[in-house]
Amino acid sequence: MSKEPAAPPSTPPDAPPALELRGIDKRFGAVHANRAITFAVAAGSIHGLIGENGAGKSTLMNIVYGFHRADAGKIRVQGRAVEIGSPQQAIAAGIGMVHQHFMLVENFTVLENVVLGVEGGALLAGALAAARAELGRLARDYGLEVPLDAVVSELSVGLQQRVEILKALYRGAEVLILDEPTAVLTPHEADQLFVMLRRLRAQGKAVILVTHKLREIMAVTDRVTVMKQGAVVAEVATRETSPRGLAEHMVGRAVLLQVEKRPAQPGAELLSVKALEVRDRLGVARLKSVSFNLRAGEIVGIAGVAGNGQSELLEVLAGTRAASRGEISFGGRDLVREQLDPRARRALGLAHVPEDRLRMGVVAGFSAADNAILGYHDAARFNRGGLRDEAAIRAACAAKMAEFDVRPPQPELRLAAFSGGNQQKLVLAREIDADPQVLLIGQPTRGVDIGAIEFIHKRLIALRDAGKALLLVSVELDEILALADRILVMNGGEIIGELARADATEEKIGLMMAGVRAEASP
Amino acid sequence: MSAPAKLPRWAELGLLPLINLGVALVVAGVIIKILGESPLAAFKLMATGALGTQEGIGYTLYYATNFIFTGLAVAVAYHAGLFNIGAEGQAYIGGLGTGLVCLYLGAWPFWVVLPLAVLAGAIFGAMWAFIPAWLQARRGSHIVITTIMFNFIAAALMTYLLVNVLIKPGQQSPETREFSANAVMPAAHELLAKMGITVVATPLNLAFGLALVAAVGVWIFIWRTRWGFALRVAGANSAAAVYAGISPPRIIVGAMLISGALAGGLGLNELMGSQHRILMDFPSGAGFVGIAVALMGRNHPVGIVVAAVLFGALYQGGSQLSFDMPKINRDMVVVIQGLVILLCGAMENVFRAPLTALFARVRSGKGIE
Repeated sequence: MSKEPAAPPSTPPDAPPALELRGIDKRFGAVHANRAITFAVAAGSIHGLIGENGAGKSTLMNIVYGFHRADAGKIRVQGRAVEIGSPQQAIAAGIGMVHQHFMLVENFTVLENVVLGVEGGALLAGALAAARAELGRLARDYGLEVPLDAVVSELSVGLQQRVEILKALYRGAEVLILDEPTAVLTPHEADQLFVMLRRLRAQGKAVILVTHKLREIMAVTDRVTVMKQGAVVAEVATRETSPRGLAEHMVGRAVLLQVEKRPAQPGAELLSVKALEVRDRLGVARLKSVSFNLRAGEIVGIAGVAGNGQSELLEVLAGTRAASRGEISFGGRDLVREQLDPRARRALGLAHVPEDRLRMGVVAGFSAADNAILGYHDAARFNRGGLRDEAAIRAACAAKMAEFDVRPPQPELRLAAFSGGNQQKLVLAREIDADPQVLLIGQPTRGVDIGAIEFIHKRLIALRDAGKALLLVSVELDEILALADRILVMNGGEIIGELARADATEEKIGLMMAGVRAEASP
Repeated sequence: MSAPAKLPRWAELGLLPLINLGVALVVAGVIIKILGESPLAAFKLMATGALGTQEGIGYTLYYATNFIFTGLAVAVAYHAGLFNIGAEGQAYIGGLGTGLVCLYLGAWPFWVVLPLAVLAGAIFGAMWAFIPAWLQARRGSHIVITTIMFNFIAAALMTYLLVNVLIKPGQQSPETREFSANAVMPAAHELLAKMGITVVATPLNLAFGLALVAAVGVWIFIWRTRWGFALRVAGANSAAAVYAGISPPRIIVGAMLISGALAGGLGLNELMGSQHRILMDFPSGAGFVGIAVALMGRNHPVGIVVAAVLFGALYQGGSQLSFDMPKINRDMVVVIQGLVILLCGAMENVFRAPLTALFARVRSGKGIE
């Protein structure tokens, strides 16, 4: 992590806060999303906003940025009371936001994206020239170098994020909100982002960092506000707190950040992959000659920046995507040559918790009970005489809910009504209850609150200790390090290195994720 | 957190359609007023014409039978995520199958002819839906486009067959000869007479009962079998279907075969039950009304039966209206029906957002200012 001089606040101590929220209250129907939130960010500081999913962080930031209107409460910017009813008004008030999912037109250039919406005239040429000059200045002041004439889709994710920050600054943002900005970055890119944020702080901007990663809060913020169930439960100076203390505030009880586990005792090889290759529809290789194996009683973690072939690997193993070449041996069969579909693979004992739960793992509009049989709906235990056995389906779901502490325990409730953590526990319960030999699991704790993460990690380790093999794909390096017994690092569709957990450090993995091959060990 | 609030079930299924219907009637009332007739008198006439007499009820249910078949057809496809606009053509070709059985096997006893006619209607209708389904599943040709094209192909094919092949020799109008007595669906008044109940003769016939059986069958299939479950999964989230080992192309073809087969039931009512011959354009738009019926009935068999009866009443009441109010001609009645389709079908969501907001306010305990 690069060293930056500690920035002295560039505003006098009695200046009004850059952004101040007083008594913000918001309900969505029966849900009380924000309860009398009071929150202030000083100019020239980085303020962390942390909380579990559903704690109301996003709602609060969406109110500040004008996506929602608060039922009650006041917003003041630089001491002035402002009415924010739309993002336009938020921008006019000097508030900028970088969303987790970038709002860029991919086939426009950087320059075109920056001026989009603030062209200020019928003809583009003038706006583009003015923007070019202004962006040159911003680049000098903040070290935000971006090739202005490059098409956005050709930029790395880190650079695209920089474009988003430039967009906000170009619109005169004094308060910059970043929503989970590191979710898509390599550790190195994240460090670069933090350097940039510190520069913004030194220039007197107020930065709000919304995240669920305690490490980032500790690394870069000056103060941190913790939200729980729609209310602020703590506001502290970062240097006076610890990750453990923050986690306890978030969950309301002591949390194990590191799950206890015994050393792995790998047994027989259960699944092996040889020279696996996947090409997409355009013929581009997404997986290039991937080979590895999984043994009973171990968790193999796949680390890598999102989009380097991990998703394709999981899908091709699960059977939702076809392999172009290679071999997957499992249960004495070659899954590639026999072209077994996901159902047949499940029957052999290969279960799959998909990365993108809502896109693939569940049907949000169906009941929890229906979701708890998805993929197993043909099984004899859920059918009787040609009809679904509704009682058995409901009972099975209720049993899973009890075992995995899914709340509320109502099999008839629509899945969308459950929180992300509870949805994930239900998916996990479905796949684990089928007693698989191998469990493929992608992003097990994406969108899952800390309390549930602990539970899910414990279940995965219990599964390993029961002699099953797990393949874990996660963009959270912390999660890989916490769970995996062996780590494979992917870059550009290849496995470019393998590390035993004992040898793995964040730095080593980070280098490999960026494409630097491990030198042959002596 | 920002998930949209949901309407309670009774409001979703009952209140919202009623509001839509009410607005449609208000707009229709304005038009009737402009034409110089009293809207209230007109609506009263429509209501009594459709539901006030035995004859009216008979006709209403007779029309409703067609709409139940086509509404179910649209709904089954809808649950698989497919918008089947081709129920009209599938009903037309399905009717051909039923008609051919009646024409050429009509000498056999009724209880032999009936299952064969049902089967032939279903198979012909399903086959007509199969080609667009296959094109969608294997080639990605959009089913909305292909099914609507197949309506035209069906119309052209039937015209050719009726004019050149099936026409009863020695006559001008392109119709087949009449079915023999064994191939005629028992009328409701005949069946009721056997039970000692005397009612006015109407075209209402046994096919209405078959339509209700089909509705129950569709309900069981969609919500109580694993195949229906697979179909709904594929319709709601095709990525999840692939993940669950369900093949979306197979579901597309299967759902469209069932959809076409259901549309093919229309011939049982229209040809076997009423016309007793194959003639030109006998579905007369029921395939399209089926879309509105399915939308209004929320793609649920119970809702579809209710909506089909409502549309049957509109048809019957509308013809009564054009009889008795000379300023309102047949086309005006079509306009009124069109308004109902527009507001209950195409624009059914217009009042959803305000209604949802209203419920959210009431529930959050703030009341209505």
